[in-house]
Amino acid sequence: MLLGRRGLLLGLTALAAGAHRVAFAAAPGEARFVVVILRGGLDGLAAVQPYADPLLAELRAPLALPEPGAEGALLDLGGRFGLHPALATLGAWYAAGEAAIVHAVAGPHRTRSHFDAQDALESGAERRLEDGWLNRAVAALWPAETGPADGPSRRAVALSQGLPLLLRGPARAASVTPPRPVPVSAETMERLAALYARDPLLGPAVAEGRMARRFAAEVLTEADPEHGPATNRAADREAFAALARAAGRLLADRQGPRVAALELGGFDTHAFQAARLRAALATLDSGLAALRQGLGSAWRQTAVLVVSEFGRTVRVNGSNGTDHGTAGVAFVAGGAIRGGRVLADWPGLSHDSLLEGRDLRPTTDLRAVAKALLAGHLGLPAAVLDSAVFPNSGAVRPLAGLV
Amino acid sequence: MSRLAAVAAIRFGLGPRPGECAEIAHDPKGWVLAQLERVPPPLPAVGASVPTAEQGLATLLETQRNRPPPGAPNPLTVAYQDSMLALSAHWATTESPVIERFALLWSNHLTVSRRAASLAALVADHHLRAIRPHVLGPFHELLRAAVLHPAMLRYLDNHVSVGPNSEAGLRRRRGLNENLAREVLELHTVTPAAGYTQADVTQLAAALTGWGTGEAGESPVVFRPRAHEPGEKTILGRTFPEGAEGTLAALVMLATHPATFRALALRLARHYLADDPPPAVVAAVERRLAETEGDLGAAMRALVAHPLAWEAPLGKLRSPAEFVIASLRATGDPLPPPARLAAFGELGQPLFTAPSPKGWPDEAAAWSAPELILRRIDWAARLAARLPDPPDPRELLDAVLGPLADAETRAAVRGAPSVREGVLLVLASPAFQRR
Repeated sequence: MLLGRRGLLLGLTALAAGAHRVAFAAAPGEARFVVVILRGGLDGLAAVQPYADPLLAELRAPLALPEPGAEGALLDLGGRFGLHPALATLGAWYAAGEAAIVHAVAGPHRTRSHFDAQDALESGAERRLEDGWLNRAVAALWPAETGPADGPSRRAVALSQGLPLLLRGPARAASVTPPRPVPVSAETMERLAALYARDPLLGPAVAEGRMARRFAAEVLTEADPEHGPATNRAADREAFAALARAAGRLLADRQGPRVAALELGGFDTHAFQAARLRAALATLDSGLAALRQGLGSAWRQTAVLVVSEFGRTVRVNGSNGTDHGTAGVAFVAGGAIRGGRVLADWPGLSHDSLLEGRDLRPTTDLRAVAKALLAGHLGLPAAVLDSAVFPNSGAVRPLAGLV
Repeated sequence: MSRLAAVAAIRFGLGPRPGECAEIAHDPKGWVLAQLERVPPPLPAVGASVPTAEQGLATLLETQRNRPPPGAPNPLTVAYQDSMLALSAHWATTESPVIERFALLWSNHLTVSRRAASLAALVADHHLRAIRPHVLGPFHELLRAAVLHPAMLRYLDNHVSVGPNSEAGLRRRRGLNENLAREVLELHTVTPAAGYTQADVTQLAAALTGWGTGEAGESPVVFRPRAHEPGEKTILGRTFPEGAEGTLAALVMLATHPATFRALALRLARHYLADDPPPAVVAAVERRLAETEGDLGAAMRALVAHPLAWEAPLGKLRSPAEFVIASLRATGDPLPPPARLAAFGELGQPLFTAPSPKGWPDEAAAWSAPELILRRIDWAARLAARLPDPPDPRELLDAVLGPLADAETRAAVRGAPSVREGVLLVLASPAFQRR
């Protein structure tokens, strides 16, 4: 999975481990920028809970965690919000002023379809464009004619792993094949199992096969039958951490890329959210820790932006999960960040303040967060951000005070 | 997309490529029939990677003389892999999938298997140059081409079968090997329903003596009169003269026997329509075979022309190989060639490696074991993960299942948490396992 010395010279490339992916781009200067896409729709209200709001417990009792101080409680973020305890690393960074939280945030899109929302999120627009905002930012930072146009750092490798839309575009791209089998996520397996359950021939076969595999896993290891074998989840977490650590090392290298995009799935928590989200957040947290470890001293020049395509419904659904919503949470971390704060124009949870009576209402545009980092950290001028990077977004001002 | 276009591409083809259903929507039945009306055109690009019988046999003889040193690539394996890569690439992309599917059916009916390792360099030629050119002609021509081929003669041991009273038999005290004769009767032609006896098997084996494979410098298939059992042979009450002409006449008789037509009609209808196909279709196909002295193209056209052949829902379970090919077609054959080839084995159906002369089973029960289905799901996940530019899963669903996808499948795909998982859901859905 690791790229060798040769790989370090690639301007834009992608790596993958299991279901996770990372893609890179080269850019001038020492500033590092990492975007982590959480696919599936992170429940922002579960990851960063407004515990001071009495409506929280009323609206989502099964998912509201104990207030800071109790066992298994939220990590306090300053009296109003609490961080999910699975995000311990992020919490420590927050305490050290190296992580900030933006709440009630959403991209310009308003769709509850994963594909359309992810396309829009990565395009940086209300709907899908042909390329991604991060690629356009890289292209603006380092136009082809000013870079080593013919050098290896701009050359693509011709293998078959895809780049996320976020990093597709005018800056040339490359990819590497995933080295390991991809596990099917618990959520997707549930969906498939539900389809197969109605099939008189294959339904029993799939049910029996899953039972047999679970049994084998239980015999071999400690397993949690509701959420798949522990080994799978541990392997999944380790795969993402290894990928993030490798990404950090590449970014840290003097000749390495300066921009990376990572992808992590497992956030589409329609059922059994408490346990599944805990596992997904723990994977994210260990990945962030590994990323920092890989970056070493380059952490000081790094900004990390963690985003998801949408938040989830405020109310809990019938299967102890949540459905597709609108606003959620974004994390910003790194040595280059002015952290230790929750940036939120909090819309509240009362019925009238919810969007369509069901979703957290967005009060901050995700593009404002990205612009703050691209301008303040990577030094892109406002004119480029307002047109090339995020088309027609002049009205969206960079979020003040992040960098 | 029209339902008929989807049925045409899925039931009679190899599964639609994106756009295929739209291309054929104006006349789905005509699209199927057009591919069944002329001798399948040769495939020079594929042929370049498939050794001829002569070359394959020469490789085999050379490998038997000088075993490759340990660690060195076995030329037989290399020939097999090159052939399978070329064939599978063709299936994954061909615009004439109906005829390729039809040819695969006949290769399975007249199975030679790589399970006999010595056949590795011959099985592809058997399919491409013995079976495929004959699938739209009279069955007796197909039978002769398939049986009197080095792969079949060796697979079922006829090359070592010697007439006990022939010159060679008397001198070397050798005798009959009934293997090929038994399978021709039991599997390829009349089936036990014809009520043949052990005497018929022995007599057909005697009629087949002398047919073997050539040594270096000879043609791949030879008839050696010195190994041929002298005298007339009586099979199913009919008498055949001594010699090669007698063998050929016996094969024609068996290939045009009413019991053979019944068996072939059932085979066709079972393969395309249902494990338990509508008797009316079986009867129509059988009638057409009888009317045409076993014309396979006419028989298949009769099946396609039958209204019951266009009914939904799709009643057959795709075999693992059919599932792999359909998935590759749906996604534009994205795998590196070795991974494409490995998929057939991983999912339980390595190409031209049937477990017995009976060929791969054609019934759902054989392919619906729990682990086999889970492996399809795992593989689909890996395939989806490798797509360089995954399609919108909703568009993929429309392209490969269209109106045959039910509301639940649509909802599941629409709700998938990522594009790749959406693609996985399409390919791993129960609906995509059907044809």
